[in-house]
Amino acid sequence: MQERSDLMQALFGRLTLDAIPYHEPILVWTFVAAAALGMALLAYIQKKRAWGTLWNDWFCSIDHKKIGVMYMVLGIVMLLRGFADAMMMRAQQAIAFGDATGYLPPHHYDQIFTAHGVIMIFFVAMPFVTGLMNYVVPLQIGARDVAFPFLNNFSFWMTTAGAVLVMLSLFVGEFATTGWLAYPPLSSIAYSPGVGVDYYIWALQIAGVGTLLSGVNLIVTIVKMRAPGMTLMKMPVFTWTALCTNVLIVAAFPVLTAVLALLSLDRYLGTAFFTNDFGGNAMMYVNLIWIWGHPEVYILILPIFGVFSEVVSTFCGKRLFGYASMVYATVVITILSYLVWLHHFFTMGSGASVNSFFGITTMIISIPTGAKMFNWLFTMYRGRIRFELPMLWTLGFMLTFVVGGMTGVLLAVPPADFVLHNSLFLIAHFHNVIIGGVVFGVFAGINYWFPKVAGFKLDEFWGKVSFWCWLVGFWVAFMPLYVLGLMGVTRRVSHFEDASLQIWFQIAAVCAVLIGLGILAFLVQIFVSIRRRERLRDATGDPWNGRTLEWSTASPPPAYNFAFTPRVHEQDAWFDMKQRGYRRPVAGFVPIHMPKNTAAGIVLAGISLVCGFALIWHIGWLAAASFVGLVAGAIAHTFNYDRDCHIPAEVVTRSEDRRTRQLAATGA
Amino acid sequence: MTQLRTSLALDADSPFHVAEHHPENGTMLGFWLYLMSDCLIFAVLFAMYSVLGGNYAAGPAPKDLFDLPLVALNTGFLLLSSITYGFAMLEMARNRKQATLAWLAVTGLFGAAFIFVELYEFAHLIHEGAGPQRSAFLSSFFTLVGTHGLHVSFGIVWLTTLMVQVAQRGLTVENRRRLSCLSLFWHFLDVIWIGVFTYVYLMGVLR
Amino acid sequence: MSARFPLRLSLLPPIALLAGCQAVVLQPSGDIAAQQRDLVVASTVLMLLVIVPVMVLTAVFAWRYRAGNRDAAYDPEWSHSTQLELAIWAAPLLIVIALGALTWIGTHTLDPFRPLSRIDASRGLPAEVKPLKVQVVALDWKWLFIYPDHGIASVGEMAAPVDVPIEFDITASTVMNAFFVPALAGQIYAMPGMQTKLHAVINRAGDYEGFSANYSGEGFSDMRFRFAGMSAADFDRWAASVKRAGGTLDRAEYLRLEKPSVREPVRHYARVTEGLFDAVVNLCVEPSKMCMRDMMAIDARGGLGLAGIYNVSRLAYDQPRARSAAPAREEYVTALCAVGPEATAAPADAPLYGFAVR
Repeated sequence: MQERSDLMQALFGRLTLDAIPYHEPILVWTFVAAAALGMALLAYIQKKRAWGTLWNDWFCSIDHKKIGVMYMVLGIVMLLRGFADAMMMRAQQAIAFGDATGYLPPHHYDQIFTAHGVIMIFFVAMPFVTGLMNYVVPLQIGARDVAFPFLNNFSFWMTTAGAVLVMLSLFVGEFATTGWLAYPPLSSIAYSPGVGVDYYIWALQIAGVGTLLSGVNLIVTIVKMRAPGMTLMKMPVFTWTALCTNVLIVAAFPVLTAVLALLSLDRYLGTAFFTNDFGGNAMMYVNLIWIWGHPEVYILILPIFGVFSEVVSTFCGKRLFGYASMVYATVVITILSYLVWLHHFFTMGSGASVNSFFGITTMIISIPTGAKMFNWLFTMYRGRIRFELPMLWTLGFMLTFVVGGMTGVLLAVPPADFVLHNSLFLIAHFHNVIIGGVVFGVFAGINYWFPKVAGFKLDEFWGKVSFWCWLVGFWVAFMPLYVLGLMGVTRRVSHFEDASLQIWFQIAAVCAVLIGLGILAFLVQIFVSIRRRERLRDATGDPWNGRTLEWSTASPPPAYNFAFTPRVHEQDAWFDMKQRGYRRPVAGFVPIHMPKNTAAGIVLAGISLVCGFALIWHIGWLAAASFVGLVAGAIAHTFNYDRDCHIPAEVVTRSEDRRTRQLAATGA
Repeated sequence: MTQLRTSLALDADSPFHVAEHHPENGTMLGFWLYLMSDCLIFAVLFAMYSVLGGNYAAGPAPKDLFDLPLVALNTGFLLLSSITYGFAMLEMARNRKQATLAWLAVTGLFGAAFIFVELYEFAHLIHEGAGPQRSAFLSSFFTLVGTHGLHVSFGIVWLTTLMVQVAQRGLTVENRRRLSCLSLFWHFLDVIWIGVFTYVYLMGVLR
Repeated sequence: MSARFPLRLSLLPPIALLAGCQAVVLQPSGDIAAQQRDLVVASTVLMLLVIVPVMVLTAVFAWRYRAGNRDAAYDPEWSHSTQLELAIWAAPLLIVIALGALTWIGTHTLDPFRPLSRIDASRGLPAEVKPLKVQVVALDWKWLFIYPDHGIASVGEMAAPVDVPIEFDITASTVMNAFFVPALAGQIYAMPGMQTKLHAVINRAGDYEGFSANYSGEGFSDMRFRFAGMSAADFDRWAASVKRAGGTLDRAEYLRLEKPSVREPVRHYARVTEGLFDAVVNLCVEPSKMCMRDMMAIDARGGLGLAGIYNVSRLAYDQPRARSAAPAREEYVTALCAVGPEATAAPADAPLYGFAVR
């Protein structure tokens, strides 16, 4: 590589043509495929003349429902990327034995497992969970939107900007080769001099802003905007879990922000926080990142527990067993999740008393979790269980998650952890709880709330195909990993010597394909359902005989959610209303006060993306300019006082009349 | 607290609906939650300082570097700015726009003086060779104090923006809310600074 | 629905069987690993006490209360029972109390810092037996074993006599690794500038695999070594053969060895420079570097004041060992003013770096 002129250095920082990986055939083909897909999508939008709709009604929308849907779409897109990474790892590990080195050199393989972890947690699981909360929570509490609708839009675009940065690292430069938590000193500038870790840092920082703001937003929404009569102990369980999750977000994400900021200071300015030199202490990073990291797993799972609670009680046609203990269990988990972080590194040598303390606190979390499991069980007891898709996913979860929970408690016993830590047993454990818990729950939630979003149910046949592929695929793909862990096989290895391990990796690889079919079947399910929407149509707005307020309004709900704010008397407010012979108001509508759409969110997030990119490649002028632009843009936005509008009474009347006719047509 | 202003214009006796529902504005709660998250960032920086603050890497220690009288002067600036912000809020409550603006300007000047002195201190340290790269102690010192300084600088930008907005539109509901948020922010930074001054400077020199 | 449960049950036995014949974690050859295995098994059994009923009940309830079964009771308002709720909180609580007790005791008896108190389940520790000391350094990407009592060293291979307690001192050169021989004992992190410890014993002669269990970069996958358990006589022969091989592991040789390399062949050294491991832990194998221990002693006495400000090149450990060409940075100024020897000499009681040293 020849020396670059000062001018080029100033203009492009570390960015050179060599950063484009045109010499790597896998990436070139990925790029070709992605570009083709992208062009096809753009052409389709062009053909439908949908640019205006897309921009005005979606990208600039501050309607919590549309933002929720966009979060779900982001999650699905990133799931495909994350899963592609998983398949590449499975394929590599299935063939790289002895003299065969596989098709991925270590440098590429290391990026893949890092990207897989980062994407699946931050850009798949988080958007899915946030999307569900965004869509459902305001409807469940009888509100017309979230507390800060503009911030909601901004949060979404910041999360997306982070995802875009990660995707960009595929084609410009490289991603981190450090593992998904980027422990120093490995992630320090001395041992990871490339841009990979910088991509990691800025993607997470930008997305982190979005997550934090959406956390604040939903807490305030739940605390301040509940319908009259809905006291805390009358809130739906999903809303309760959403509240606890968002408290966790607000209390955990700042730690991630701070620790990543310190790592970036080490890398950019040469400070000595986590270095070997000048008195730095890398163990501080490990502690701090897990003080965020452990609550993070509860951030993902708590709302999912809420989804299952809603689904179980709806499809058993029965009040949820032990509502109060469900709520207390959620709160206890929220608090305890801060007292267990050290169980991620018992092997660091903290001494027996410290290790036992954190081991035992970890086990204590299994008590409220166990109580929840029993509560779902006894909700089924003396119920009338309809095995619709959401309920199938819930049962799959109950049978899968307990095993993951068990291996989790096993890993919390420090001496057991000494032999299982960092092994494939650990990998199998957390996939067991994240797939068996979070992913199954997200699919349960999608199948449950889709009719509310779209006005028609999802196709049952393809839903079942997807479910069985996932369930069987998961079990047979990850059981071999438990076995391999017990055979002493460590994670993140790209090449093996011991040929007796190969058969297990091959089984895992084949069954990972089955999971892939499950994802494919899910996409087919959505496609088929859209094609057959007239047959799957639900005009009632309440296809499952639901119990909470979101089922009281139309499907899809009007922009204002509720023409009149409901009055709540009981838990399961909508079920209660139906019991008491609720009659829908058909006249006397009044104008409704709503916030206005704005492009500020997407513009500011776009500038942040540019700023992040400039910082990654050390393009000083661009970083400075975009930062100034960001501040100026934010200030300019505050000068816009014209943020509300009224939906006129006639518009409300028209849309409510349409629903009246619809309901009459179905004979409801 | 959660007095719900509900007017039941029509359909008032419906057990199922309220005719109009105006939930209480959540901006102050939201901003307070943001401040708590910010507080956690400072907590992490304090934790880093308390772990790394003794790692001088065979270099200078606080007692070799800190100029207590200067920092005390600086602390005075910031504390006074908090008081003057309080006067601004009192004037706002009395609905006196010009007086509010005047006190805000004084607050901003005190804040600017604080930042100026802090920058002078940093420049002096770096010039001496005691920059943030010199030792883990100095890394955590510069980061903790610098993060606070960044917050104050941001507060000054915000304050200036608000002064323009108040001048343009007067003490409207929105502007009052914004002033209250900035007030929370400003006093919060004061509290953080008291922690910094005690823990980093005073205890550093006395240790 | 119910079809799934038997399906999975039918999967369990073959998995257990297949695992049984080669799972080193379940069939270790060292007493520590065996006790850790016992704990794994005991906790699993304890938890199955509650897991199995939950799984069975899930299947049973799902089948019995299916919507199609009109014979089953239906009680849509039943949602509370104090006794039942007490039971469902108490059952996991009892298990956790039992497991917690097991954890507390197990964690303390199997603390890697704690010297052994027995050879295996049936034999105590004879009073006269002297533990074998081994100093382990995780290099990029190979393992160095120093036998201080024999004055020999080996790369990529380690031998130990059976039924003799081994006392490992563990550190790393640049980044975090984990020292793990599954047949021998659980893993412990190897961290640069710090020292961890592990006490273990191997009870059966044989060749076992050891490796790094914590990802450390490009060459991580091949960072494996042979751990050979031998009879006492065989071990003496092995040590003698290493002695005969010749070669000295001095500072210069260590600095050559330390450079990143992959799949390094096994190498033996007949002599090891005195205090080398100590220098590795203190990051001062290179004579121009200040030992961490000395730096910490100076810091404990309040630093070197303004005089020490430019004393930086002696403290930059990472920069010269950076893995690939990082841009040269100006802030690393070489020493402008020398510090007198009295300032940098370590007092006798200087603390070692890190909390891991007892």
